[in-house]
Amino acid sequence: MHIPDGFISMPVAAVGIVVAAGSVAYAVKATNKKMGEKQIPLMGVLAAFIFAAQMLNFPVAGGTSGHLVGAALAAILLGPSPALLIMTCVLIVQSLVFQDGGLLALGANIFNMGIVPCFVGYYLYRGIASLFRKRKLGIMVSGGVAAWVTVVIASVACALELAISGTVPLRVALPAMAGVHALIGIGEGLISAAVLALVLATRADLLELQKA
Amino acid sequence: MEVKSGMKFKWWHGALILALLLAILSPLASSSPDGLERVAEDKGFIGTALEPFFEIVPDYVIPGVTNEAVATILAGIVGTLILFGIGYGLAKLLRAKGEA
Repeated sequence: MHIPDGFISMPVAAVGIVVAAGSVAYAVKATNKKMGEKQIPLMGVLAAFIFAAQMLNFPVAGGTSGHLVGAALAAILLGPSPALLIMTCVLIVQSLVFQDGGLLALGANIFNMGIVPCFVGYYLYRGIASLFRKRKLGIMVSGGVAAWVTVVIASVACALELAISGTVPLRVALPAMAGVHALIGIGEGLISAAVLALVLATRADLLELQKA
Repeated sequence: MEVKSGMKFKWWHGALILALLLAILSPLASSSPDGLERVAEDKGFIGTALEPFFEIVPDYVIPGVTNEAVATILAGIVGTLILFGIGYGLAKLLRAKGEA
């Protein structure tokens, strides 16, 4: 879902950059107070894992592919603010080094694949998980569902940006983007749930870090 | 895992190895357009995309390497290590600031 330059107008790109800069500044402050010793390697490996996983496009219906975003997963493991910092790092490196996602569109991409899914994903996960009696099952199911929702919401945000930019009408962009990402999001949900299962089986204590 | 002079195998070493394994698998990724590209093609606005202002490692293929699979794997490993370094370094920096 990386927006290249040209898809969105200059004003939309500029607003994206301002919103992203403000949110990242907030996330730095919020993370500052909470950063523990255990989070340091977790931040490193999550950034590495999300970058690598984003290279692995999986096929979905109709000659289309999708890849993990990973924002919901990062937010579940670290909390929304550190997760936003990780997603921002990934998106900056992808744009600067790998020409994936435009430089001017970087703010919009940080909004769609960082701010929106980190915060929506985190609180949705906490809300759904609290409904479960069985903790482990709750973590996996709510993590998977929250991950799916974040991809669809991110695609809606992207459709809105395209429409405001005058690139494509909203009535065209919205169903098309949400439709294909509802499919791609299934992959996001399954991968996120699988990673959470792996963490629960090996280092369940990591899931308590963001509450501290 | 065996313990060598002070260098214990920690959980995150395994996680980093897992990330590098994913990077090595990157040539197997689907080359079909992604969700946004698909919509842009179907709805006729793919042509509005601008060329990048500069190119370093475009399309996750290290330039100058003739074997594309190898070039992709190298790009994946380089990117994965860069992001590990940035994520780890940033976290260390924030930790130091938070304590001050």
